Amino acid sequence: MRKLSTRRRHPLAGFVVLLMGLVVAGGMYAAFAPKPATAEEASSQQVEAGRKLFLIGCASCHGKNAEGIQTKRDGNYGPTLVGVGAAAVDFQVGTGRMPMAASGPQAPRKTPEYTEEETAELAAFIASLAPGPAIPEDEYLDYKSVTADGLREGGEFFRTNCTACHNSVGAGGALPSGRYAPSLKGVDAKHIYEAMTTGPQQMPVFADTTITPEEKKNVIAYIKKLQTQPEYGGLAGGGHGPVVDGLFTWVIGIGGLVGFAIWIGAHGARVRKKA
Amino acid sequence: MSDSEIEVSEPIENPGLQEHQERPQDVDPAMARRTERQISAMFGVATLLLLGFCVAYVVIDKDQTFLGWSAMNFTLGATLGGALLLMGVGIIQWAKKLMGDHEIVELRHPVASTDEDRQFALEEINKGLDESGIGRRPLIRNSLLGAVGALGLPAVIMLGDLGPLPHGQRNTVWKKGMRVVNDVSGTPIKPSDLEVGSLVNGEPAIMYETDAEGERVLHGKELLQAKSKAAVIVVRMRPEDITPEKGRENWGVDGILCYSKICTHVGCPISLYEQQTHHVLCPCHQSTFDLADNGKVIFGPAHRALPQLPLAVDSEGYLIAVSDFPHIVGPSYPELARDQKKLDKKS
Repeated sequence: MRKLSTRRRHPLAGFVVLLMGLVVAGGMYAAFAPKPATAEEASSQQVEAGRKLFLIGCASCHGKNAEGIQTKRDGNYGPTLVGVGAAAVDFQVGTGRMPMAASGPQAPRKTPEYTEEETAELAAFIASLAPGPAIPEDEYLDYKSVTADGLREGGEFFRTNCTACHNSVGAGGALPSGRYAPSLKGVDAKHIYEAMTTGPQQMPVFADTTITPEEKKNVIAYIKKLQTQPEYGGLAGGGHGPVVDGLFTWVIGIGGLVGFAIWIGAHGARVRKKA
Repeated sequence: MSDSEIEVSEPIENPGLQEHQERPQDVDPAMARRTERQISAMFGVATLLLLGFCVAYVVIDKDQTFLGWSAMNFTLGATLGGALLLMGVGIIQWAKKLMGDHEIVELRHPVASTDEDRQFALEEINKGLDESGIGRRPLIRNSLLGAVGALGLPAVIMLGDLGPLPHGQRNTVWKKGMRVVNDVSGTPIKPSDLEVGSLVNGEPAIMYETDAEGERVLHGKELLQAKSKAAVIVVRMRPEDITPEKGRENWGVDGILCYSKICTHVGCPISLYEQQTHHVLCPCHQSTFDLADNGKVIFGPAHRALPQLPLAVDSEGYLIAVSDFPHIVGPSYPELARDQKKLDKKS
């Protein structure tokens, strides 16, 4: 503390104090500012702003009216977005999958290109074209409030519907032709929910009518619980299953021991002197 | 060859053995004492670690975590592993640095016994055979062989109880009018609940039915056996994408199709469904079925299309089965074609 007090008359001290003040004020604003409006309460300005963003960033593949662009051989250059809903936009743009950096078997998750506000505007524009799945209500994303019973039920749903592709701990898995089910580690509750209701890429749709919002909340709670519980078995190695574990044990584990044994056998100090 | 032929002295004048080189511990007593202290220190620390293991086992709370691991498991592993490692390293150090390490030449002897020994052994065996009378009394010998052979019969009889054989298992619990319900929650499904691209892991409604006392109709072993054959996947695709076989045109409801969830290869449950390609994959051996094309096998070791369950809608608007599976569900087996013929005749 003494060091700090001796520097209070430093020429830069004023700037530092000013900077700290700005950070605190900005943080307070971010904490208390009104949240961006959801699809239902989207204003016409938001839709208009979204349309402008869409024409610049998305229309080249999805068409000027989001009607989709077909290739000559009846394939999809960019699919139609009419009726995909705000949830699909929030998922694809919010996880950085869209805009796609290059065409390929699957759009990978990356840092989002659009700010939260811009994503909300794009979502409002797409939602204005035709009804579709909306961005989920906050009450169904509050996975921390789920009880032990809910967790158990979420686990059953997860094991029945999700583990086939996403692996029993949500580590993801391979699909044919370069496609894959992505890892669920560190994915926002909102994005997990939206993936279930919209079925992005090869993922099937698990609509609110078949798996209710309450049940989805339990599934999300179970996924989050899987990721936060301590690793009772030590290093999990990514949770990729017995094949990867076996490969690691046999090649690196046992191979390392063999190498160590050879090293022991080959080394030992000797001297020229006689006893 | 007899013992007397073996040369006791060196058979080769100079076999090219390198001159023995001493270790630092052999020439310097102070060094040897230091090594001794190091090794005993390793054994001492190992003892302390083992004591630490006992303390940790009693003291550490099992819910405590350390760097994201279970603190208890981490401590137990680290102390026991460390103790074993130190004991191992100590023993190797002892053997390599302090134990005598002079090269010793050991000459190789012929492996076979002497002729006299072999002759003696043969004579003893023949004497025994002769005295037992195995050659002279064939009745005893043959009846004993018969009894030993019969020892295998109980084993064969018991193997017959290794679970039911596949034939005679042609039917599942599905029947006409039974609702298709969501697995886990047991809620029935309306066609309007499913969007294009949807997947539902389904079960027959009987799995969730209860009797007058509120007990499940099926439970325990019966439930698991029924489930292992009757589990289904329900998918919805655009009706124009479906190419139904002759006779299957009305097996779906507006693009909603229902297939067995049990792979026809060795019976793994499959629900890796790609909604854009309409392919479902088996995670065990990568068999791939095209659900838009009658569940046809398009890749992998499965030999038979995925059985389809014909669907309809009941008076309340819920999805129901029109009948049991027209094709045998589950892994294939040698007599399947014969059983399928019987099943076809019955329907």
